[in-house]
Parts: sequence; C-alpha cells; structure tokens
Amino acid sequence: MSATGIGASVRRKEDIRFITGKGQYTDDVNKVNQAHAYFLRSPHAHATINSIDIAEARHMPGVAGIYTGADLAADKIGGLICGWMIHSKDGSPMKAGAHPALAQGKVRYVGDHVAVIIADTYAQARAAAEKINVDYGVLPANADTASATKSPAVHAESADNTVFNWHLGNKDETEAAFKRAAHVTKIDLINNRLVPNAMEPRAAVGDYDAGTGIYTLYTTSQNPHVARLVLSAFIGIAPEHKLRVIAPDVGGGFGSKIFIYAEETVCVWAAKKVGRPVKWNADRTEAFLSDAHGRDHVTHAELAVDDKGKMIGMRVHTIANLGAYLSTFSSSVPTYLYAPLLSGQYNIPGVYAEVDAVYTNTAPVDAYRGAGRPEATFVVERLVEVAARELGLDPAEFRRKNFVKSFPHQTPVIMCYDGGDYNASLTKALELADYKGFGKRKKDSAKRGMLRGIGFSCFIEACGIAPSAAVGSLGAGVGLWESAEVRVNPIGTVEILTGSHSHGQGHETTFAQLVSDRLGIPIDNVAIVHGDTDKVQMGMGTYGSRSGAVGMSAISNALDKVIAKARKVAGHVLEASEKDIEFKDGKFTVRGTDKVVDFGTVALNAYIAHKFTGAELEPGLKEGAFYDPTNFTFPAGSHICEVEIDPQTGVVKIERYTAVDDFGVLINPMIVEGQMHGGIAQGIGQALMEGAVYDKSGQLLTASFMDYTMPRADDVPSYQTAFTETRCPSNPLGIKGCGEAGAIASPPAVINAITDAVGHEHVSMPATPQVVWRAAQAMAKKAAE
Amino acid sequence: MQKVSMIINGKPVSGHIDPRTLLVQFIREHQHLTGTHVGCDTSQCGACVVHVDGKAIKSCTTLALSCEGANVTTIEGLASGEQLHPMQAAFREHHGLQCGFCTPGMITTAVDLVNRKGHHLSEHTIREELEGNICRCTGYHNIVKAVAAGAEAMHHDHAAELAHSHAAE
Repeated sequence: MSATGIGASVRRKEDIRFITGKGQYTDDVNKVNQAHAYFLRSPHAHATINSIDIAEARHMPGVAGIYTGADLAADKIGGLICGWMIHSKDGSPMKAGAHPALAQGKVRYVGDHVAVIIADTYAQARAAAEKINVDYGVLPANADTASATKSPAVHAESADNTVFNWHLGNKDETEAAFKRAAHVTKIDLINNRLVPNAMEPRAAVGDYDAGTGIYTLYTTSQNPHVARLVLSAFIGIAPEHKLRVIAPDVGGGFGSKIFIYAEETVCVWAAKKVGRPVKWNADRTEAFLSDAHGRDHVTHAELAVDDKGKMIGMRVHTIANLGAYLSTFSSSVPTYLYAPLLSGQYNIPGVYAEVDAVYTNTAPVDAYRGAGRPEATFVVERLVEVAARELGLDPAEFRRKNFVKSFPHQTPVIMCYDGGDYNASLTKALELADYKGFGKRKKDSAKRGMLRGIGFSCFIEACGIAPSAAVGSLGAGVGLWESAEVRVNPIGTVEILTGSHSHGQGHETTFAQLVSDRLGIPIDNVAIVHGDTDKVQMGMGTYGSRSGAVGMSAISNALDKVIAKARKVAGHVLEASEKDIEFKDGKFTVRGTDKVVDFGTVALNAYIAHKFTGAELEPGLKEGAFYDPTNFTFPAGSHICEVEIDPQTGVVKIERYTAVDDFGVLINPMIVEGQMHGGIAQGIGQALMEGAVYDKSGQLLTASFMDYTMPRADDVPSYQTAFTETRCPSNPLGIKGCGEAGAIASPPAVINAITDAVGHEHVSMPATPQVVWRAAQAMAKKAAE
Repeated sequence: MQKVSMIINGKPVSGHIDPRTLLVQFIREHQHLTGTHVGCDTSQCGACVVHVDGKAIKSCTTLALSCEGANVTTIEGLASGEQLHPMQAAFREHHGLQCGFCTPGMITTAVDLVNRKGHHLSEHTIREELEGNICRCTGYHNIVKAVAAGAEAMHHDHAAELAHSHAAE
C-alpha cells in the first residue's frame, strides 16, 4: 500500500477550500442583475385555494414578478414526480396524487408552495408576499400515521388515504412457522419522524440565456443529472441539451437533497419569465417545513422461535406515512429498501411483511440516511433483543446461534447475501466493548444510585444501490448504474469525470487514491470532476452508499480500458509486441528486457502520435465506462452501546459506543471512520432527542433548532470503531459501502441499552429524559409491588 | 440607508446599508466574503461565527451597524497568506470536516475557545464549549480531536512568537 493508494488514510484534498472559507456553495453563487425569490407557503395543513389576489403585491417596490400554479399550468410545466411504481397486493398501481410545483386548487400541508414572489432584494420579496391575499377554505387535517385511513382524503385519487397495500415474503411458510413456534415475541414500535437538517439549507439559482435559449440551474443536489433528467423529461422546463444543472459544493444531503423540489423548478422556469437570474435560499424554518422528512413508521412485529432457540418466523405489519405528496423515491423506501432487510443477519426460513403506505397532511417523506434500512434494523434488533430477554438467553449468544453461516444465502425477502462473517464482528465487538466487565460496571453504577445497561445491534444492510434491471423489475423508473470517464492529458495528469457527487464524502480524495494507485501517478496529478451536467455527460448521483461500490467500480473499469490502450501505445514506443508489455507502479516494461517508459511519456506519445499510424491505433488516451452493479452489497456489523442512566432525572449518558463493521475493502479508513461517526451521531439523535412533531391541526411544532433537538458535541460520546473484512464479491474493488451503516445500526443499540438499564420492555424514540424517567419510575413501582 | 465602517480581516471597509442588515449579510453580500455561512434562524447552529474585537460572536444575530468601527475577523482572515492557521491545519489533519458548511464557524469558535480557555483542553471542555456549533456530518468525534490538537499547536506557535520577540530584544 502506498502512502496515497488504496487503504491509506490520505488527508483530504478538498479541505483546503473549506477550511479557508473558499467553498462555493449555491448561496455563494451570485449572478449579475439577479433577483431574489421568496415562496409564499400555506399556513394551513389542508385547504382549498379559492382565490389568490396579487393586485396589491405586484406593485410593491422592487417586484419583478409574482407567479402561482396557474402560471405554471399555462406554460404546461409538469408536476413533481415519484419515480418508483409500487403495486398493491391486488396488483393495482399505487395511488399517486398530482404534485404541482406551485399549488393548484388545494394545499395539503403546512409549508405547501402557493406562490413565488421575485424582487430585487429578498426583503422586498418578503414584504410583497405579505400583501398577497389568499382566500383559503380550511379543511379538516390529519397528521397522524395510524389513523390516516380514517381521515379526510388528502388526494381525490385515494378516498381512504391509502397509497398502496404492499407485501413481501413467504406468507404460507411464515404462518406455518408461527403455528409451530415454542415462543412468540410481539412488539409495537414507532420509528419516529425525522428532519434530515443538513447544515446547508436548500438553495437554487436559476438563469436563462435568451441568446442561446439555454437554462442554467445551480442547485443543492446530490444528483444534478437526475435533476436535469426530471426537469427536462417530466417537468418540461427545456430539452436536456438546453438545460445545464450544476450542483457545486453542497453542505450535506443525507438523502434530503436527492429529490427534485418545487423551489428549484420554479427558480429555473421563472428566470425566463422575469428575464433575470432568480436566486432562492431556504431559511431553517423553511427547511423544516419543506425538506423531505424521514422515517415515520408504525409497526407491529412478531418473532417466532422454536424450542431450540432458533428463529423460524418473522412477520411484520407497517403503516408508513408518505406525507401529503409522493416525493421522488418515497414509495421505494418502506418497500424494497425496507422489507428485504427483515431477515437481518439471521437464518430465518419464514419472513413476511405487509406495508400500508398512507397520505397525511404533513411534509412529504422520503429517503433519509439509511432509507428503509434503519426502519428494518430497528424492528429486527428490538424484536431479537426482547425475545432474548423473554427467553432468558444472552442477547449476544442468541444472535450468534441464529447467524447466517454459509453463503450465498437466499432470504425469503429477495436478498441473496453473498458473503460475510457475522461471528467475527460480534466476537471483536464483545471484546472491544469489554462485555465481560459489564457486570462489574453495572454494580459500580448501582452503588452510585445509577442504572446501567448494554444493548446490541447486529445489522445488515443492502446498498451499493443498485442493479438496474433488478430495480426496474421492482418498479424503479431509472437505472442505478454509474458512469466514469478517465481523461489522460498529454503530460500525464488525469481528470476523472464522475457521475457521483461529493457533499461531504471526500470523493476528490478517495477517487484520486484509486487512480493514483492504479496508474502509479502522484495523487496531486489527479483531478476529480463532478457536479456539472456540462462537464460530466450523465450520472445517477450519490446516495444509497453507492459511490464507492458503484461510482468507483465505473472508474476502475474505465482505468482498465485506459491501461489496455496505454499498453498498446507503450508497445509502439518501446518497439515491442503488446503482449510482451507489462505495467506496474506507473511504468511500462518489456518482459525480459530493461526497456522501460513511464505513464506520463506514454500519455504524451498517445497524443503526439508520431510512433504509430492512424491505421494501427487511434491517437488519444481517454476512456469511459458505465458500471451496472450485479447485486446489492451487504455491509454488516455489530454495534454495542453502553449507557448509564440517572433514574432521578431520566438523563441517559452513553458511556461507550463500539462499532465493528465489515465494509469489504476500505479505500480510506479515516474517511470510513468519519462516515461511521456521523451516521452513529444521527442514529443517537433519533434514539435520544430528535423527532418531528405535528399537532392535531397539522402545524409543525418542531420547526426550528429551538424545538427540534439536534445532537451537539456534548450529547454524544467518542466512538470506538473497528473493522473486519470480507471482500465484496460483486464489484471489481471489493467495496461494500459505509455511508449509511452508522445511522442504520445505532438506534436499536441505544434503545436496547436503555431498556436493559431500566428493565422496561419498550421505550419510545426519542427516549428523552421524560420518557426514560417514566419508564424507570414504572419499573421501580412494579418492583415495589 | 446608513453608512457603516469597520475593519474586516485587517482591511477598512464601508457601505451604505439598510439598518436592518445583519453583520453576516454585510460580510457575505456587501463584502463578498462568503466563507461565513447561515445555517439556521435561531442563532444556534454557529455556522456564522466570526470574531468581533477579539471575541467570537454569532454574526446572524448582530446588526452590522452595531459593529461600527469594530475589528472583525472572518474565516478568510485566519490564514497568513499561504500559511494556514494552526487550527485550520488541525481540522484537516484530523478529518474534522466533511461537507465543510459548519467548518468556518467551528474553526473560529475553536480559536476563540483557545483564547479564553488556554492550550490544554480536555475532551469534556471542548464538547461543552462547542454546544453553540452544530455539525451534522462528523458526529463531532474528529472535531474534538482537531480542536485539542489545534489548541496545542497554537501554544507552540505562540511560544515560538514569544521566543522570537525575546530574541529580537
């Protein structure tokens, strides 16, 4: 391993601009003569729009234009789409209600977009907005997931608010397992609604060049090419070759910046209407109201265990809240990204899940770090832990006994696990967490009047999203391959044009490590280009822990092609047959001789083209590849959380958090650890303090950092991370991916630890001090009886 | 409109502004220094932290006019030319950033923390003192390491400065 190759903790190249304040985020983009947009949003969760009076507003100082849904319709601008078709059990397609970029006739959640006001300054746009009179006919609203089917219809397409009733698994075998079970554990769970809250709020700058007819959109996107595809093909802004989308530096996404939103759509469309660039930036409250939220499942789950302690059946019923409109990937999250993980790390012959997705008058819900897999892992790992306690079994050994031990392993829920060693991660985690010493630590805590608990989470997830034909057959509207172009410049520097997008993942460094490693050139000679549809032809973007497994595999394949061609050029330069050329450490040699030429010289020769004719070989050294995964990848691991709780206050302190994960090959361990730290913190946030709360009338009560508790530095511990490795068999680099695992594994580890400490069989998320105090009080009362 | 003048990163600047203009808006929109960021609307996230007259303040909750005549340092003013400030270098060395959006505020807060609490900072102190800065990417683990290392490095720099100035006497 070289100091800058695969496996090295290379310090990040992109850091220089971020630590010196020279990043270029979308709100840092300023265009000459730009106007500012402000979006008028619905204050009601559910209402008809009887009229919108802009007469006074349009004459306010600085106003360049005011537009509503009617204006978009007149220009035949299409609505926002959901790109994944899910069919119900009866074969009927999901009930998709229209989602216009500016409301047409009705608003369906507080924050729904009603009008855009464009003015010289943001303050003028806001002032003009206050003069708009919207006559709303307020309707009864519902924000509650469990009662959605009994609530007034959000969309005419679905009288009972059902989007779909879906299922997956081997129902008959599962029923049979439950019939013969020696023990059945049952649990009711809520996976609390979260707001992703990347630190950079969403923003957009739309521009239209009347001279060329070309639109340009700067947007906070994880996938600018997907944005261009949707804006062009479905929304109808312009044909693709007349629409450039740029996602510059983006300050975090976590899924929330995958989707194509109303504001960026309106800004790019409106730039032509007002004849000026249109700039918009969300404030944090707007982000709370209108960014896609995450999670929000109500679940009943059961585990059947035989008399030998073997898990034989799991059945799950989930109600998934999709919000007021179907966001871009929303339908896939509680279905194909959820149920296929319900087997967990265990060999369970019968698994059956039913998922009912519903509309409510809340913000649309879509993928948020983990997207379906945290929800699945929470169900499985809570169920398994509770079962272990009910059966009087050690939770680690109960799991170990049921691990999948031979591969490939076909689960009843589509996924075929291709490799792993769950035993190895668990054993290492138990050691690092000093599981043996826990008993003594618990006694010491008790002496101080404190409760101490330990909780496990043995997670597996499916990522490296995804094999195109497979997801296509499941309803995806797009393929999920990735693209790479390797451009070798004449003097031997290299540009990689990737369809992936970096918004914190460090691709400018990790992708360059691969190139440096493979071509034997200094890492400083490698540039990674991403985020601009004018530069990179096409890509599917970054989410689903796919940039290593899929994005880098595309680069790897393109590098193979480059090396193959370079060997041909080297043959001409060294006057040897191509079959005698060897390439190692950046040098081409002729086998059996001391003839050598370096990569840079070969590159130059490829472009000078003096040593071969056009008939023998094309000049140039530039190759591309599209890589379509052959399978999902299956990162897995064991997380152990240890907490100390003060029963007087309910305050939970995480004393230690241990994560042992198998991500296959690690390109940059420092970056992988960083991804784990961030994911674990988000999971701890979900478990202990975060939760988006709507009141009965559909008002979002948690719409700022005052009310929605984000984890701060003193809310989380330092983490202990370690890795085991079973190389991923399905891609050339052996990478499984690590971006979401922390957020997937941690919530059940924390809740299992808390319930172990207080002895109460379920504690809801977020397990705030009040929730934990109540549980501790209830247990103390029980013990006294 | 009112006139305001101050010194930003050692350079005297002035402008005619709407009196409601926040310091962060003056910095970003009038002075085109976009390193300071806005991440919230309740003064909690810390992405907007700058130094005014030697103290860290949240520029999203400060009126530009209230900084008339003040000495302001933003993230752009920390480095000396090509030479990174030791706290900046520490953030890179310890992978204390991912998306970079909270980073300018984190670094300026950290420098202020060292100015107030010294060069040998415990993990507990650092975590408490960073309560006013929210990061969504890093889980804070490496930020804490970076701040501790940056604090020590600032000590060496400071000691070297002192030694140099003693020698010059």
